[in-house]
Amino acid sequence: MWSPSLQCLSHQSFSLPLSFPQQFFVLEGINPALRSSHHVDVSGANLQLNSFEELAIPLFDQLYNFAHWLTQNRDEAEDLVQETYVKALKGFSSFQLGTNFRAWIYRILRNTFLTSRKGLKVTMTVPLDFDDEEEGPEPAIEHDTPETLLLARSSHESLQSAIDQLPVHFREILLLCEVEEMSYQEIADTLAVPIGTVMSRLSRARQTLRNQLRPQLQQEAGQRIPRGTNHGL
Amino acid sequence: MVCESWKERLDIYLDGELPHEEMRTFDAHVRNCSSCSADALSRVHFKRAIHLAGKRFAPSAEFRNRMQQRIASKPRRAFRLGWMLAAAAVVLVAGTLTSTYLGNRSGRDQVFSEIADLHVATLASSSPVDVISTDRHTVKPWFQGRIPFAFNLPELQNSEFSLLGGRMTYLEQTPGAHLIYDARKHHISVFVFQERSLPARLTDSSLKPAKLSFNMETWSQGGLRYFVIGDASAADIDSLVRLFKTAS
Repeated sequence: MWSPSLQCLSHQSFSLPLSFPQQFFVLEGINPALRSSHHVDVSGANLQLNSFEELAIPLFDQLYNFAHWLTQNRDEAEDLVQETYVKALKGFSSFQLGTNFRAWIYRILRNTFLTSRKGLKVTMTVPLDFDDEEEGPEPAIEHDTPETLLLARSSHESLQSAIDQLPVHFREILLLCEVEEMSYQEIADTLAVPIGTVMSRLSRARQTLRNQLRPQLQQEAGQRIPRGTNHGL
Repeated sequence: MVCESWKERLDIYLDGELPHEEMRTFDAHVRNCSSCSADALSRVHFKRAIHLAGKRFAPSAEFRNRMQQRIASKPRRAFRLGWMLAAAAVVLVAGTLTSTYLGNRSGRDQVFSEIADLHVATLASSSPVDVISTDRHTVKPWFQGRIPFAFNLPELQNSEFSLLGGRMTYLEQTPGAHLIYDARKHHISVFVFQERSLPARLTDSSLKPAKLSFNMETWSQGGLRYFVIGDASAADIDSLVRLFKTAS
């Protein structure tokens, strides 16, 4: 699978001391703090990538993964990726080299999903263009409890199951940020929303994920964590 | 709570999305604050866990090969297609001249008659469709590699139509797609051919063949010739035609 993190690291100059989060991420083997340079690798802005093939094939595995998370079905994911590539190839002449190819093709995939039968069903349940700003203020954030550590150590399977259960507008933005390591601007371009909406929706997606994991973790830990002691990580 | 104002922006800081100066300020604070430092560490672990859990699905080798071949062969295919289209254009010009010379009315009637025959013969068959699916995303890809063109199928949600399946068909030795829809227990056939490959010059029309109790509509769109035929009402045929015109 194409590895964006490794690609970023290979292009990164370490002449400046790493910031605190960068140190964490380098230790952890990922480097989202550097992802502002990430999209350049596939955007064609600095590289002489002129053909559709050169731009599109490296994104194949990622697009499939994202499509499978959206459709939750292998056959539908294959259809979605296939249709995305057909549409992208057809519209490639209108794509401006130097702009962000990755955000462009992800937007095609997402729009194709939203017009599919399953996508229409999803949007009828939860409109994707709901106004995140009207959801009320951000919940109070408290930390440093044992629960936060438990959340951070959630099992692989329970985390995947919790992501699966997220509403699609939370699932997609969390995946674009944490898995695809897109910058806020790239996410905004992909979802066609302002950056402010990206930030608030992402915050709520993380909060919802933690809330979904909490009962399971309490069960796993065999201990009761009083409600209200922690509203988020 | 300690450092609440800092922690509100901790996720943005860890996402690397704070302005440069604010990143520096944040760095300095987190390095010296045990509470924020511990919080940042647990958040990084959480992000790491999501990152790994999110890389869950991989395409099958078969699908990957199919798509890579398809993408990689496009330019060459386009080149070959160019020559094929040029050759087809020559044939078309010759065909058009011949058709004009002989008069194309009889040719048009013959095409309509053949379409009606194909519709009836297919419905009488024990296996009317080769790809059985109500899902356009299954039926449409089935035609890839079987016919030399692509077409769009309409979304049928909230309509009275349902897709039953499709099959390959031939009209005047020209390959095309034959789709069968159900509307209130009436079966409707939709035929799609490349306009340029059809020998007869057709005009968009709605008609009822005198000898058959079918309604039929035909039109050209995007270089493709569509025929919709069935014993359903003219209004139903018209509704399906509109759905196709919107999708194409």
